Amino acid sequence: MTTLWQSLLIALRALRVNKMRALLTMLGIIIGIAAVIAMVAIGAGASKMISDQISSIGSNLLLVLPGSTTSGGLRTGAGGTPTLTYDDARAIQTECPSVENVAPTVRGSAQIVYGNQNWSTIVMGCTPEMLVVRDWPLTTGRNISQSDVDGATKNCIIGQTVAENLFGDADPIGKIIRIKKIPFTVIGLLDHKGQSPQGTDQDDVIFVPLRTAQRKLFGSQFPNTVGAMMIQAKSADVLKKAEEEVAALLDQRHRIGPSRERDFTVRNLSEILAVSEQSSKVMSILLGAVASISLVVGGIGIMNIMLVSVTERTREIGIRMAIGAKQRDILLQFLTEAVLLTTVGGIIGMGLGVVGAMAVSKIMQWPTLISTEAIVIAFLFSAGVGVFFGFYPARKAANLNPIEALRYE
Amino acid sequence: MGEVVKITDVTKVYTMGDQRVEALRGVSFTVRQGEFVAIMGASGSGKSTCMNMLGCLDVPTSGEYLLEGVNVGGLSRNELAEIRNNKIGFVFQGFNLLPRTTARENVELPLVYARMPAAARRERALAALERVGLAGRADHYSNQLSGGQQQRVAIARALVNEPAIIMADEPTGNLDSRTTVEIMAIFQELNRHGITILMVTHEPDVAAFTGRHLVFRDGTIIADTPNPSPAVAVTHEEAP
Repeated sequence: MTTLWQSLLIALRALRVNKMRALLTMLGIIIGIAAVIAMVAIGAGASKMISDQISSIGSNLLLVLPGSTTSGGLRTGAGGTPTLTYDDARAIQTECPSVENVAPTVRGSAQIVYGNQNWSTIVMGCTPEMLVVRDWPLTTGRNISQSDVDGATKNCIIGQTVAENLFGDADPIGKIIRIKKIPFTVIGLLDHKGQSPQGTDQDDVIFVPLRTAQRKLFGSQFPNTVGAMMIQAKSADVLKKAEEEVAALLDQRHRIGPSRERDFTVRNLSEILAVSEQSSKVMSILLGAVASISLVVGGIGIMNIMLVSVTERTREIGIRMAIGAKQRDILLQFLTEAVLLTTVGGIIGMGLGVVGAMAVSKIMQWPTLISTEAIVIAFLFSAGVGVFFGFYPARKAANLNPIEALRYE
Repeated sequence: MGEVVKITDVTKVYTMGDQRVEALRGVSFTVRQGEFVAIMGASGSGKSTCMNMLGCLDVPTSGEYLLEGVNVGGLSRNELAEIRNNKIGFVFQGFNLLPRTTARENVELPLVYARMPAAARRERALAALERVGLAGRADHYSNQLSGGQQQRVAIARALVNEPAIIMADEPTGNLDSRTTVEIMAIFQELNRHGITILMVTHEPDVAAFTGRHLVFRDGTIIADTPNPSPAVAVTHEEAP
């Protein structure tokens, strides 16, 4: 322990003598560590943003969309034909054991009026399960109930963006708004949800009871059809099973056989979003890798300067050996000096990296996430660079012949 | 009195490429405790090679070297370093103090490698500096000291571990005649207190202060003469 302390004192003194050189040598490590910290923070920020958006949709979700149908040789696109019904949704809820909740929806856009304010937004007909599936709490008021759905009541719950545009700061509960000129009572205000992974504002929405939407707002020639169904599986483990059960049940109900194409599509939302999360992770690994290259370059700079230092101080090494320094004393002395250079550089680099990441998130509005994990790893890595690149020069010093070292001019 | 150094039929051969250089060709002598010996000879006579070997910086090609009865031949680098640290004190021609380091820190250095705690180190270093008359200069940096003072710091550094023998390689080679006498006075004073000193020099004037002269030529000893009445080094300060 005393030896290590002594080596540290000697190393500090050696660095004080060549302040400018020490600083320039450290610069490589400073830039390297700062780059790694900043890049990893940006990458982690992007990754967190995506995973937040994924969880904002809800967890363990399947999306069932009406599929295309062929009529007289013409094929409609996916979702082009109303093939799913409210009865399908109910059947899934009761007959698929891996399914927790089913939320059938009907959507359309409509002009909303309150007093002298008006706003155009998405109106969604849904059942009480919607908010459960989307994991979306209410700020005030109550959810749409099953009796609202069954009775096709003219109640609605509104998103934050809609509330802001129609009511400003006023309490919307109990107010009457007009959707497509039909008066609705606001019974609930949704919590803030933020952006969807596609970048749309999820708070710009109004939920109305499913049957109300089907019959009064978006009346079609097939009154019982629904646009899409969100299905929540009982857990992430049975998500795949739920997908199969739903598909099998709908095949049976829609009489899909080998000769008939499916008129619906089941999509696994989590899977789609996991891919984009994966790609952002790959991105942050790549950024980190590029930044690590500059660390290696910095390490080579350290090695270079340490070799110069060993040559310059050959005589000093000779003196130390003559009066009793063992090889490991000399090794430790130069290794300590190299590690001190890289760790001090690493600490400065960390500071710069954190400041840099914060500046990026402030100026460019990019999310960044500085993890203590990244900082600890960067610190250990800078010390590791010191050991790795300092070892060769230190061993060279320790292997000097004391007689020749003493004679060195 | 005991034998501090005993070398028997020691040779040292360097091979440079295909050239063999015989630096020492069968040297034998004994140094007893309390002796002050001058090793003399022209450059290339083998005296420096002999000194490096006696100082455990080098090992003989053949022959036997006993330092305080311990056979030094065949020891590892680290074991030699330990012997240098415990039993030998070096004084060089070029002083060889560490730059940008205070006198006290220079003197403490052997104790640092002996793993002595800081407080004890400091005490011993100050005592050694006092012995060479530099008590007041402990915190001066080596470049703030004159040549004579630097050499005295080096002597204090050689003393501080209470070695069996002090090896001085041309200790007055870089000093003027007045400072030379000062340094020799210190050596004589230390010798009077029983410290064994081996000193390489090529100046007869300097050798005159010692009690025995070993003369080297072409890798062998050609003369080993006692000096029953060494000159007494009197410094000007002490002169009436």
